[in-house]
Amino acid sequence: MYNFEFERPSTIADAVAALGGEDAQALGGGQTLIPTLKQRLAAPSKLVSMNGIAEMQGVCIEDDGSVAIGGATTHANVAAKAAGSYPALAALAGQIGDPAVRNRGTIGGSVANNDPAACYPAGVLGSGATIVTNTRQIAADDFFQGMFTTALEEDEIITSVRFPVPQAASYQKFLQPASRFALVGVYLARFADGVRVAVTGASEEGVFRWSEAEEALNKEFRTDALMDLHVNPMNMIGDLHGSKEYRAHLVGVMTKRAVEACS
Amino acid sequence: MTKVSMTVNGVAVSGDVEGRTLLSGFLRDHLNLTGTHIGCDTAQCGACVVHVNGEAVKSCNMLALEADGADVGTIEGQAAEDGTLSAIQQAFQDHHGLQCGFCTPGMVMSTAALLKENPRPTEGEIRKYLEGNLCRCTGYHNIVKAIMAASGQDVSSIAAE
Repeated sequence: MYNFEFERPSTIADAVAALGGEDAQALGGGQTLIPTLKQRLAAPSKLVSMNGIAEMQGVCIEDDGSVAIGGATTHANVAAKAAGSYPALAALAGQIGDPAVRNRGTIGGSVANNDPAACYPAGVLGSGATIVTNTRQIAADDFFQGMFTTALEEDEIITSVRFPVPQAASYQKFLQPASRFALVGVYLARFADGVRVAVTGASEEGVFRWSEAEEALNKEFRTDALMDLHVNPMNMIGDLHGSKEYRAHLVGVMTKRAVEACS
Repeated sequence: MTKVSMTVNGVAVSGDVEGRTLLSGFLRDHLNLTGTHIGCDTAQCGACVVHVNGEAVKSCNMLALEADGADVGTIEGQAAEDGTLSAIQQAFQDHHGLQCGFCTPGMVMSTAALLKENPRPTEGEIRKYLEGNLCRCTGYHNIVKAIMAASGQDVSSIAAE
């Protein structure tokens, strides 16, 4: 790992100022970034830790009933503290990595990284959440822009993520047991005004909404509604863990399981 | 270089580190606490698990400067000062929960974190909690048995493997 300066500000304003320098990089829990630095795939001149900022910690329920999670909240804290207010999201957080990883990794770090096999992007997109930064609010549908690519500007910090709470939701993860990422993961959320289905792990383009399944489930919320639907394997990820066709098939299987869990 | 200060196994320590110095490196190279093992150095294997403010973390995947001011616990803090093993360590010895011993510090530290939040875990809960701790010798059976014994559960019906 190349050396870098390190800062651990205690306010968002100080963090924004610290990120202003050339090649500065925000550090969440570091569970992806530190291995990346070890591989010398990134060489920031300065890391700015988000972990000393009290206002970016914790889970709270807003006046409109939505659940707001501070950007520096660890997966373990989301699993524990959102269990009552948004159980499906808490369950997703509790399946990330392993216990020691969950004690460090943060929602803001995961969402900003947008790994194509990470769990949180599915939960955020599937819930139709809002990503709140130090400068603006971004709808999940506009935020995820392809593998490891997001709408975030340089130096922009995810201060919180705000989730509307659906009537029912389920995250179905087909675990890749070596990496502990999702080989395919489907997050299904059922709101009064419709169903959202978000898929991670499967596409070369990163997390995506399976709109055909959403339309079918909006007409009839049962697994049979998905019987004739198939995801095109063309744009799926194919690697030694699973072929494109296998992943395309799993999208259907995991979506059906999510429907069953929400029925 | 930046000064970092923390409490390790109840003792106040400090040192000058680079931004890139990992917590595992600070413990091993600056404090000579080499019981914390570095196996994969990619946060997969769990040999480097220590406690930071009471929570299990992989110390090879955390910067030393992130632990500034923290209360850190390592395997060296598990036994009593006279060398008497902790209940968890003794159970690992009694039930042959190790062979080469490389993963054992991380196994013991993860177990201590598990038993703090779940004092009598089931076999399934133990196996799930240890997903981030790899052992290439034992096949895990005797580790699980040792943890059940350390939590005061009857293991007489579990066959030795």
